[in-house]
Amino acid sequence: MNTLNKLLKGLIIKNNFLFEQIKFASHFNFYPTEYLNEENKEKINLCQAINSALNIALEEDPNSVCFGEDVAFGGVFRCSVGLQNKFGKERVFNTPLCEQGIVGFGIGLAVTGSNAIAEIQFADYIFPAFDQIVNEAAKYRYRSGNQFNCGKLTIRATWGAVGHGALYHSQSPEAYFSHTPGLKIVIPRGPSQAKGLLLSCIEDPDPCIFFEPKILYRNAVEDVPAGKYILPLGKAEIVREGKDVTLVGWGTQLHVLMETADLAEKELGILCEVIDLQTIIPWDVETVAKSVTKTGHLLISHEAPKTCGFGAEMAATIQKECFLNLEAPIERICGWDTPFPHVYEPFYLPTKWRCLEAIKKLIKY
Amino acid sequence: MPHILFCRSVSRVGTFIGKQTSINSTCKFSNVEADTFKLQEFAGKYLGNKKVLFTERLEFRTPKDCDAMPIYRCVDSNGNFLDENEEPKFTKEVAQKIYMEMTKLNTMDKILYESQRQGRISFYMTSYGEEASHLGSAAALEPRDLIYGQYRETGVLLWRGFSLDQCMNQCYGNKLDPGKGKQMPVHYGDAGLNFVTISSPLTTQLPQAVGSAYSFKLSNPTKSFDQRRIVCVYFGEGAASEGDAHAAFNFAATLKCPVIFFCRNNGYAISTPTSEQYSGDGIAGKGIGYGIHTIRVDGNDVFAVYNATKAARVLALTNCPVLIEAMTYRLGHHSTSDDSTAYRSADEVKEWTELDLPILRYRKFLESKGWWNMEMDKQWLSKIKSEVLESFNKAEKVKKLPPDELFNDVYAEIPEALKKQKTELLNHLEKYGERYPELENFEK
Repeated sequence: MNTLNKLLKGLIIKNNFLFEQIKFASHFNFYPTEYLNEENKEKINLCQAINSALNIALEEDPNSVCFGEDVAFGGVFRCSVGLQNKFGKERVFNTPLCEQGIVGFGIGLAVTGSNAIAEIQFADYIFPAFDQIVNEAAKYRYRSGNQFNCGKLTIRATWGAVGHGALYHSQSPEAYFSHTPGLKIVIPRGPSQAKGLLLSCIEDPDPCIFFEPKILYRNAVEDVPAGKYILPLGKAEIVREGKDVTLVGWGTQLHVLMETADLAEKELGILCEVIDLQTIIPWDVETVAKSVTKTGHLLISHEAPKTCGFGAEMAATIQKECFLNLEAPIERICGWDTPFPHVYEPFYLPTKWRCLEAIKKLIKY
Repeated sequence: MPHILFCRSVSRVGTFIGKQTSINSTCKFSNVEADTFKLQEFAGKYLGNKKVLFTERLEFRTPKDCDAMPIYRCVDSNGNFLDENEEPKFTKEVAQKIYMEMTKLNTMDKILYESQRQGRISFYMTSYGEEASHLGSAAALEPRDLIYGQYRETGVLLWRGFSLDQCMNQCYGNKLDPGKGKQMPVHYGDAGLNFVTISSPLTTQLPQAVGSAYSFKLSNPTKSFDQRRIVCVYFGEGAASEGDAHAAFNFAATLKCPVIFFCRNNGYAISTPTSEQYSGDGIAGKGIGYGIHTIRVDGNDVFAVYNATKAARVLALTNCPVLIEAMTYRLGHHSTSDDSTAYRSADEVKEWTELDLPILRYRKFLESKGWWNMEMDKQWLSKIKSEVLESFNKAEKVKKLPPDELFNDVYAEIPEALKKQKTELLNHLEKYGERYPELENFEK
């Protein structure tokens, strides 16, 4: 593992022309996770955590394969570095440039029992595969009366704002897929979650989409358990406890909410409970509802546009579950209902200042 | 950095008499060397090691430069072999079974089509005119080979042992349907028979078939020869226009997968004639472009389909994908929701019926062998008709699974929120059950 780490670090420095994000990344500060206190830990970033999970998956199951565009040489984000050398060209390989083919091909592998780990280079480019994901992968088990399934399919895709990605390197398409029964959608907030949740997705008996916040690939560094571990799907995590307002988010936005919570405490004396949803569907209603029952205030925040974003589903459900406990209307601070813009990104994002203002209004309501 | 040189005239390879034009005398540069280098690079790295030349003639290749790929056939329309070496030497039993399954399919089609007209099932699609392509190909595959279909391949299932009862149960969606009544009629599937459940979205099964074939490619070397598997995937010529077809052909070729693409070109995609579907040399004309072994066969000739599929299977086992285009004609309507007289002439259908009916063509062969006669035919057809009717009536009486079956198999395990919805439905039915008269057709 150490050698691989050195190798990874070497490659990152060598290849940082591929991905110069750091100087643009300013809308959040990374809050590392400290709750995983295993003995054997290594300080790695999110990209390395993904690499570590893929290594474990390929090692454990000889029927697992990794494929996608430019995966063989290590991936344009370096997540699959070293895998082809270690596991061979038949198990880690490039496909032609065709997203509908990648997902269809992955479904076929999974139907015959192979563990298929497909990569879509950017979540923005997952839409050509929408039909294969929504009409096929999601419905395979149901429509065949459980005679066939593609549960061994995991689709990884880079996700979210990156500072300068504009329309097609910034999208957060989770809500499109959340309307599709049969899929699981998972988004980690840091290296520890990325590794544990990705390994869960790979083992899960249902097709999973795993969105990786690409701005965190290098920015997020923390101690991650070196061996194999999994984090449960369908479970939200209370990252910070509080009593006044519940803040729910996922991915990068979780860090924005953490900072908002700090600001709220410092400036307003308000104690926020911050929840990382982690699994978009099926989502953990119980954890969120319990928190809102306690705090009486809910703020949901995501980078994706507001209208029909996943926050809408959450708001409607929590409004029904916690009607008597709510002391103010549920607030949603999201991306605006526009395409994701280039130079206007700082004004598009649901910043900590917008979130802080929302908390003020919630409390004053 | 070498200077960029302008070559006014580049010679053909082999002669290399091009002028050497240098714009910088300090830079030595040879056209011969450059041309050789480029041709080697293009041929070796860009064009799959195919020899390539430069040309100085400005000339577009036109589709007319190439003849259409010929249609391979074995017997004439009277069932006589045109080249006796092409006869696949079926045993009497196999030869008869092929005929019996073709006619069984035809009989079932007639009865289920009529039953849909009477409103007893919601939907049906017949296979009229395409029976030979189903049975010829199915007989050439091994039962362990995995099949992906489009929806008009019922004969392949029958060959593998899918029973009339199973067909009827699926069409009725009763509790004996292995699909548990979730899909429309004709969306058959059987894991035990290695036939992947059919879905309505066209062509989605093609890249999936390639993925399954890739998985066989990885596992085949660990198995004895008689355990190795390939994938055969069926689709119509209309479906071949979908992006997924392009994806599948390209993936199969670049990733070298043991897969047979079997295209049923029956002239129509619902109302759209092939002239509005493509402009090239049919579907076969696409194969070579993807680097796929390709053949066009007479889809109404069981033997041609059988021989081509058999040979394709051998090729596929060497990880060479194969494309077979079976030329046939959709005699029936597209489905029970379609009246094909709205877009094609009755004469056209009549001519195909009179001049090239695959079942008849095959029966003539059986008769010439002395393996079938009018008397046998009468007996068999009446027997199979009563079997179909019996099976049909039986399936109609079987109840459907309980209503809350609708929540099963969405996921491997029912998520909490879905369990709540299930309870919600059950509570609702408790209160309003009598408002749902169809409830009596479902088990409790």
